[in-house]
Amino acid sequence: MPERCWSEMHDTKIKTSTEIERHTLTVLVDNEAGVLARVVGLFSGRGYNIESLTVAEVDPMARTSRITIVTSGTPQVIEQIEAQLRRLVPTHKVTNWTDTKNGAQAGIEREMALIKVAGTGEKRVEALRMADAFRARPVDTTQSSFVFEITGSPSKIDSFVDLMRPLGLVDVSRTGVAAISRGPDVM
Amino acid sequence: MDKDDTLTRDAAQAAAETMTGAQMVIRALKDQGVTHIFGYPGGAVLPIYDALFKVEGITHVLVRHEQGAAHAAEGYARSTGKPGVVLVTSGPGATNAVTGLTDALMDSIPLVVLTGQVPTHLIGTDAFQECDTVGITRPCTKHNWLVKDVNDLSRVLHEAFEIATTGRPGPVVVDIPKDVQFQTGPYHGPQAIHHRTYRPKTDPDLSAIVKAVEMMAAAKKPIIYSGGGIINSGPEASKLLRELVDLTGFPITSTLMGLGAFPASRPEWMGLVGMHGTWEANHAMHDCDLMICLGARFDDRVTGKVSAFSPKSKKIHLDIDASQINKIVRVDLGIVADATKALREMIRFWKTQKHKVQAEALKQWWTQIEEWRGKKSLSYRNSDTIIKPQYAIDRLYELTKHRKDVYVTTEVGQHQMWAAQRFHFQEPNHWMTSGGLGTMGYGLPAAVGVQMAHPDALVIDIAGEASVQMTMQEMSTAMQYDLPIKIFILNNEYMGMVRQWQEILHGKRYSHSYSEALPDFVKMAEAFGCVGLRATKPSELDGKIQEMLAVRKPVLFDCRVDPAENCYPMIPSGGAHNEMLLSPDDGGEISDAGKMLV
Repeated sequence: MPERCWSEMHDTKIKTSTEIERHTLTVLVDNEAGVLARVVGLFSGRGYNIESLTVAEVDPMARTSRITIVTSGTPQVIEQIEAQLRRLVPTHKVTNWTDTKNGAQAGIEREMALIKVAGTGEKRVEALRMADAFRARPVDTTQSSFVFEITGSPSKIDSFVDLMRPLGLVDVSRTGVAAISRGPDVM
Repeated sequence: MDKDDTLTRDAAQAAAETMTGAQMVIRALKDQGVTHIFGYPGGAVLPIYDALFKVEGITHVLVRHEQGAAHAAEGYARSTGKPGVVLVTSGPGATNAVTGLTDALMDSIPLVVLTGQVPTHLIGTDAFQECDTVGITRPCTKHNWLVKDVNDLSRVLHEAFEIATTGRPGPVVVDIPKDVQFQTGPYHGPQAIHHRTYRPKTDPDLSAIVKAVEMMAAAKKPIIYSGGGIINSGPEASKLLRELVDLTGFPITSTLMGLGAFPASRPEWMGLVGMHGTWEANHAMHDCDLMICLGARFDDRVTGKVSAFSPKSKKIHLDIDASQINKIVRVDLGIVADATKALREMIRFWKTQKHKVQAEALKQWWTQIEEWRGKKSLSYRNSDTIIKPQYAIDRLYELTKHRKDVYVTTEVGQHQMWAAQRFHFQEPNHWMTSGGLGTMGYGLPAAVGVQMAHPDALVIDIAGEASVQMTMQEMSTAMQYDLPIKIFILNNEYMGMVRQWQEILHGKRYSHSYSEALPDFVKMAEAFGCVGLRATKPSELDGKIQEMLAVRKPVLFDCRVDPAENCYPMIPSGGAHNEMLLSPDDGGEISDAGKMLV
């Protein structure tokens, strides 16, 4: 990866927008003790938001972990978050998957959720029918409950959770977003 | 891998000596060229202290409190450009050093702090003198490590020095459990270290440099606003800064941290910028059409009200830390680089592209600046009967300016601002003050560190009576190591800056800012074995200062000054650069939003 110059990395046009944008960032870090605390501490210490956070080691040989963070802030705050993440010593690379101009995603974002619905009768049938339409798979079934596994964009999971609410939704567990680039290129 | 590489690696392996963790610490310090460390022993660092016993080539300075060790190391680092090294024990040893770590982080001072830790098998059990040192110091260091394996120790120690001293400098902590200090393992020297991720960017992007010099050549009302980054980059950066001003004739101001990078005696110098900066510097910042910020970070003490900050200018920002660019103020051109390298390229392009300044416009700009300068914003009403603090600083400066080796440290408050305004520096690394964190108690231990590094120099801590009591015990360190520091206390019996703000912002309700039980500083000096002096009248001041300078011992100078004097000029909080107060008569209404600010 060649070094890019500062002006390529930063839009030097004056951005004064105070509109809050949601961005998905990926941070590739050395998997050393305390590295997650550094990232999370940076967010809490500087007052940035974390909407979701996903972390796991991705290359045991290279000892690298990949942290995907969904955050929100003004364009200036997002730019600061990226710069502050790059400044952490164990950081290899920071990628912002959200295009600042139109909010579109430059990469693929997926989240997995486990959703428990309890009940009997008509609602139960309806829940199973909806799950099928969303390609949510029952992974645990009893006479009075289902646990569905669903994968998709966060908004798809939001919609499914909303639909399950009147049908006996009792518990939700979400993984947070994982993101990767399209095509043959890597982050 | 080619043959040479194999040979080097084999040689390194063969050369890897086996030693204990404690011995590795001492060896790594020697290999890093460390000659002084500031510390305080305790249970969890005893093996390292044992390895240090009668070691030649490293002087250990025993402080009286670990905060003092950190500040002394900061003073040492700022005055030499070398990293300051601290050695303290676990638990309270580490927590006491936290103020110094935070101070060093805010002011970008390279410190390597080694802390003892309880043995690995006791970590997490609330053992005696255990604390989560890496957890506590994570937000106040550039990086930190807990070394649980002796095989990692030498690598981590060398990485610690590299990270502390390169890129934007800062403090690092290496936490070493006691069992690791006793274990044996291979020692690798500094040359074997190659960090996996840390690559500070120091070379400027040349297209940005070209753009910068074009903007400078087109400027009609330029100003250079330089900061601590010039000092941290090394003496070469200060030389290049002078050369840039020689080439362009641009006016220059500086932050508190940047004083000394440009000689205060030169006509282009406009004095300090910001809350207590000069009329000419702040008005020029406000009215300029091009601001060239070199190694400064648009701190709130500099900008005042950000929305009214230099509204008509284009801005160039040179900083080694990319995260500083566009943090507070949006700039038109950011240059991420080491100041020395960037300034060298700026000068080269200015010369090779044969740029000329806008001579006519610049002349008019200077006429305007001279008009502002004519306001004499640092003037004050002197007195025959009571020592004005400004007069005391002026006399101290006049009576010492013939010497080239004068180093000044300060505490925090009014005296610090008066010193910054009135004690004129010609060279970098001669001014040590707590800028970002504003740590009362910084100056005395910092003076200890400076004097350790420069045994024959004149080291003065310009102090307030409140600040100096926070780390007073380091007088004892000064005595032990025969350090003739001069602690010049502007004693107004108040926490002066607090009192000033209470006067202006809180209806003169001086809530708990008056020290009703001050010690007799002369007797206190004597109790420590130092020399105590007191001046109460303007007429005796010069004589007493001469007496202080003549003594080759630590001196505590109790200079009784006007308790009601305020520090002007002042931009009231929430104000813009062109809304300065010059004297109490200016009144100054402070907005509710302004009152909220610190």
